[in-house]
Amino acid sequence: MIGVLGLQGDFLEHIQLLKEIDNVKPVIIKRSEDMSNVDALIIPGGESTTIGDLIFAKNLDKKIIEFAREGRPVLGTCAGAILLAKKVSDKIVGETGQKTLALMNITVVRNIFGRQRESFVTDVDTKIGRLKVAFIRAPGIIDAQPPAEIIGYIDHPATGRIGVLAVENNLVAATFHPEITGDKTLYQYIISLIKK
Amino acid sequence: MIDSYMFLEKLRDLIYGLLEYRDRVKESGLEIIPIKTGTPLVKLGFISMLKGGVIMDVTNEDQAGIAEDAGAVGVMVLDKLPYDVRMAGGVARTADLNVIEKVMNTITIPVSAKCRIGHTEEAVLLEEIGVDLIDESEVLTPVDDKAHIDKWRFKTPFVNGARNLPEALRRIFEGASMIRTKGEPGTGNVAEAVKHMKIVNRDIASLRGHYINNDLEALWVYSKENKVPYELVLLTARLGRMPVVNFAAGGIATPADAALMMWLGSDGVFVGSGIFKSSDPESRARAIVLATSYYDDPETVVEAQKMVSEKSSMLGIDIRTLKPEQLMQIRGE
Repeated sequence: MIGVLGLQGDFLEHIQLLKEIDNVKPVIIKRSEDMSNVDALIIPGGESTTIGDLIFAKNLDKKIIEFAREGRPVLGTCAGAILLAKKVSDKIVGETGQKTLALMNITVVRNIFGRQRESFVTDVDTKIGRLKVAFIRAPGIIDAQPPAEIIGYIDHPATGRIGVLAVENNLVAATFHPEITGDKTLYQYIISLIKK
Repeated sequence: MIDSYMFLEKLRDLIYGLLEYRDRVKESGLEIIPIKTGTPLVKLGFISMLKGGVIMDVTNEDQAGIAEDAGAVGVMVLDKLPYDVRMAGGVARTADLNVIEKVMNTITIPVSAKCRIGHTEEAVLLEEIGVDLIDESEVLTPVDDKAHIDKWRFKTPFVNGARNLPEALRRIFEGASMIRTKGEPGTGNVAEAVKHMKIVNRDIASLRGHYINNDLEALWVYSKENKVPYELVLLTARLGRMPVVNFAAGGIATPADAALMMWLGSDGVFVGSGIFKSSDPESRARAIVLATSYYDDPETVVEAQKMVSEKSSMLGIDIRTLKPEQLMQIRGE
């Protein structure tokens, strides 16, 4: 059973894709008690400030941190990646001071490629293969300290080489959206991290 | 006819030329991965991220900061809040570009702005300064009573208001990436938004019924009678929902209003005058965000509703006291 955090954002797209994968039962998570039988968690795209506020307002933060510390896989896409990061800033505004779950040893810069006008779809080469994905007002991973490791980069004309996929043991941060383009590679990877 | 022979001959040369070029690039080992901006997928993907959230009307960067801190998924920059537009009368135009830019440099969440119905140049300006979403809005004074903006020409996504399904499908046909109910803006009265959402829901349910019964003739008749493309009618009937993200707007003033609209099937909520025309904007903004996300959990909506005082809500306007010419919802059908 894979949980998708359903507070705000495009969680239904994740649910729809997960339904198409064999032996996976997706479930929407809105309360701590929803997480009891879940093997892996996906934090979807949306507005990281909104999802973050709601996580803390409903005390889901402690539950998610405990879940991650137990070694169960957590995937954050876009806003989700921001919420997993220890350090976050914004390209224009600078320090955002926003609260995150601070689970991964990575530094993330929000809106690194620009505004919505600069959002794009493309293919990305990563250690887990080539993914066809969308970058929507996407953040970039500019630093990873062990045990975190960047395993996917993009060469963008405006920014140069930027990290877009990082892994730290059971935690995965992707600054893009596989759920918009329907690429299942990243889901298969998360499923492979579930301890049998 | 000779013109067309020549045209087709040239077209063939072009296609073969491109294929040869692709093969040459492949052989040279240089692979080009295109980065595509402004496509329908990129626009609809962005709109999808707003779902379950609240977009708040603001008139300056201070209000925008309050909205961001409260957990808004975006702000809409206006010169005057819809209530004040109503009171001021005169011509309502797009907001001051300097103010919009100031807001964009102050907050990290998406910034939207309104342009007048049919005013393509205002939309061009908003795209040029980098606004994330453009609302071709009936709150401002329309400049074209026949045609809306051709929104396919823009890389920036557009949202349009609609009172019923045919209006919504016409806007999608013109390139809108998102729909919202019109409601009656600036009234603090959610009645019209409820009406519009229910009218849309009933039409979709009936189209879905025809689809399940394989009654394509009924879909075809609907398309003809309502002046909407058959393909969009068929798509709606197949999906059983609005083909793009559909928010509620027009008159939402309390957390309970927001939760009600979510129950009726809205994908999210616009709040116009309801927040900054109340006397408790900070707590009200936060409460509406909470009620929108947890609309299906009465306990949380109670918690949200308790964060605001009814004595602080905007007084609002009974729609029956408005003269027909004061209605904004009839602009741009």
